[in-house]
Amino acid sequence: MKITLKVWRQKDAQSKGRFETYTLNNINEHMSFLEMFDVLNEELIQKKQEPVAFEHDCREGICGTCNMVINGQPHGPMRGTTTCQLHMRHFKDGDTIVVEPFRARSFPIIKDLVVDRSAFDRIIQAGGFISVNTGQAVDANAIPIPKEVAEAAFSAAACIGCGACVAACPNASAMLFVSAKAAHLNQLPQGKVEAKRRVQAMVKQMDAEGFGNCSNVTACEAECPKEISVVNIARLNREYFSSVVGSETVV
Amino acid sequence: MTLDGKVPTGTLAEKWTKYRSTVPLVAPHNKLRLEIIVVGTGLAGASAAASLGELGYNVKCFTFHDSPRRAHSIAAQGGINAAKNYRNDGDSVRRLFYDTIKGGDYRAREANVHRLAEVSVNIIDQCVAQGVPFAREYGGLLDTRSFGGTQVQRTFYAKGQTGQQLLIGAYQALSRQISLGKVKMYNRHEMLDLVVVDGKARGIIARNLVTGKLERFGAHAVVLATGGYGNVFYLSTNAMNCNVTAAWRAVRRGALMANPCFTQIHPTCIPVSGDYQSKLTLMSESLRNDGRVWVPKKLEDAQAIREGRKTGNQIPEEDRDYFLERKYPAFGNLVPRDVASRAAKSMCDAGYGVAPTGLAVFMDFSAAIERYGRSRASTLGIANPDKQTIIELGERVIDEKYDNLFAMYEKITGENAKKMPMKIYPAVHYTMGGLWVDYNLETNIPGLFAAGECNFSDHGANRLGASALMQGLADGYFVLPYTIGTFLANEIKTPPIDTNLPEFAAAESETRARLLGFLSINGKQSVESFHRRLGRIMWEYCGMARSAEGLTKARKMVQDLYAEFHSDVFVPGSMDEYNPELEKVARVADFMELGELMIVDALHRNESCGGHFRVEYQTEEGEAKRDDENFAYVAAWAYHGMGQEPELHIEPLNFEEAKPSARSYK
Repeated sequence: MKITLKVWRQKDAQSKGRFETYTLNNINEHMSFLEMFDVLNEELIQKKQEPVAFEHDCREGICGTCNMVINGQPHGPMRGTTTCQLHMRHFKDGDTIVVEPFRARSFPIIKDLVVDRSAFDRIIQAGGFISVNTGQAVDANAIPIPKEVAEAAFSAAACIGCGACVAACPNASAMLFVSAKAAHLNQLPQGKVEAKRRVQAMVKQMDAEGFGNCSNVTACEAECPKEISVVNIARLNREYFSSVVGSETVV
Repeated sequence: MTLDGKVPTGTLAEKWTKYRSTVPLVAPHNKLRLEIIVVGTGLAGASAAASLGELGYNVKCFTFHDSPRRAHSIAAQGGINAAKNYRNDGDSVRRLFYDTIKGGDYRAREANVHRLAEVSVNIIDQCVAQGVPFAREYGGLLDTRSFGGTQVQRTFYAKGQTGQQLLIGAYQALSRQISLGKVKMYNRHEMLDLVVVDGKARGIIARNLVTGKLERFGAHAVVLATGGYGNVFYLSTNAMNCNVTAAWRAVRRGALMANPCFTQIHPTCIPVSGDYQSKLTLMSESLRNDGRVWVPKKLEDAQAIREGRKTGNQIPEEDRDYFLERKYPAFGNLVPRDVASRAAKSMCDAGYGVAPTGLAVFMDFSAAIERYGRSRASTLGIANPDKQTIIELGERVIDEKYDNLFAMYEKITGENAKKMPMKIYPAVHYTMGGLWVDYNLETNIPGLFAAGECNFSDHGANRLGASALMQGLADGYFVLPYTIGTFLANEIKTPPIDTNLPEFAAAESETRARLLGFLSINGKQSVESFHRRLGRIMWEYCGMARSAEGLTKARKMVQDLYAEFHSDVFVPGSMDEYNPELEKVARVADFMELGELMIVDALHRNESCGGHFRVEYQTEEGEAKRDDENFAYVAAWAYHGMGQEPELHIEPLNFEEAKPSARSYK
């Protein structure tokens, strides 16, 4: 396959970025999208040029590191698929593909396609945990949890923290990420104890990081590689209001 | 030199209990004065950092990732073992201990393994308390399944994402300690050297990967939880950035590397499809609960499949050879990984492979789909269900159990494995070898500890499935918090470590010189191309089958490659910037040195055991032939540089409870 790439190049956070065009003539349809970037970088290195900086790690769709916007869509055109699991068989010979970093004020660019997503870590640090020390636990079967509840918590916990929801949102809102964590922990009996404190603390930190508000566009759900549902956002809104209105615990 | 594993006295079952009540303690007010560096945030690192912070120590935690949640533990699929015996199927601490020792082909330290089995039950409790959403039965209690090398169902799981859920539990515990100020987290920092002061590990040199600057960090003790070195083979199921550098830099400062040739080849991975390939993807061992492994009985059928003239579905039942069930009836498809891998390789070597490359066997789910479909139909009260209904219902059960695994397979290969048998082949997955540690998880450098895959301690020559997650969390949550006290109890009078000490300055300038050296070579070949070549040498000569002749040849090849690398590698960019190629070049250089040591270790071990298969040492049926008389020991090596003879230290292995016997799964 012949593929033309228009890739965002930016030296560092301070510099201005621009698109560079590269043409690759020998792309195999079984390659993954990132393996195509390996080929591009190998060619650039052969020409003693600087390779494109992009982040990736597990290449099996679970670590959440890879983060390209491909033809305007975070992680590209395939539903429920991360960039690393996207294969070239979904493109056509002769295609031109535009590749950009995840763009959001709260995700500053470090270099080329690499962005800083540590805002997500700080949201989890604000309250995305259950306060239990090592050694304090009761027997794992002491509290039965209905199968449906455990599965609902699991579905929300499937979030890989990649930030595609933020990149997809016209407001760069992090509501899908935050609500998924709240839905994971707040539904479980172990997490209910500090549910109110948790939603308030996480929402407060989300605002402090400069993420935008949710205006129900639901692009986040459409682009989420783990297909996390926007139902979580509705649940978070409910929990947030009920935790603030008439509550004695306000963080 | 003979090494002392510092195993406590007493009967095996009492050792850990007795140890915990007699081990020196550090009082709470003294913990507040002590600092610990933890490198790595996978299951072992994150759980250790969180637990040590909870105890009151001041922890500095490092990861080269952009977030601690990205560590490769996240990719573990199938499950975590624990001797809970919730199923009433005869499990016990003793049985988990015994299975692990036997699974490791009698090359692990008994006392460590018994401790692992003991704390396994606490891990599940802890994880549930943290909100890990394990799979449950309709009654609300935890579900379990089987893994290889066992005859009980002791594996807890969260669909095919167990590693992710456990890691997020540990990451959240870590995040809580960060918010409480007990752990200071350093993202995007890569450890490039260990600082040893007066014989004790007192700090590290790390490179800030965003600014490119070298930074010094001091602490009273250093914990390495930096994972395994499977990427020495280039193609493996490890993440792209997994590397040996932190552990290897410790080796270059005098730490011993134990049993480096013990690497695990996992039988069920998606086969290699082309030269461009950057990594291999695992299909969880849990699939062997329901997947039956086979090849065609007739060579001409295998050939027709390879050439695309037939598919697996067209081979009638009587023409299929379910070779694992045939060779190992007692364990069937759930034999341990080393055994299953070798069996698949020997079928392919004999011409029965089913991929165009000849390197793949089938894993078939049709029988399980039918069985589950009938059972579900019966539950739903459907009398005499037709074939179509059975298959639909059965496929739904398969989705519930394995979910993302089938989707992942389809994304990579473009085939639906519920309709067409899956093609699989062995690939490098895990490394049992690692830094030598005693019972305290302390290396031979006082104050330097190693946890998780990065140490060698619990899996012998072959790890059983679902035991890596168990060991990582055992080390971090329940072992290190006790054992690190043996060292720190004597450090309560030591003031904070001064990073202006000459040892820090020297380590920093050596690291800078090393990196600048790589940049100044200015050759013609990319780092990646050298890594690929190293991988091919290691896979060919130090992979699934090894011989004295091949290993001798391979050592020379690695030495030559190392020389070529130092004269012709090209690293773009500079040191003081975000530069992924510079990160890679230092890692590949370390992999080459490690590769040489693995070859030396494999050559010296004149026996076959677990994942180490020397073709000269096999039974008439092609099974591994162990030599307990001469090799029942841990080989711990001091490494002095490429081309120099490493120095062997031995820790003899004594078996009090699990007496070594022929390891049979027949």
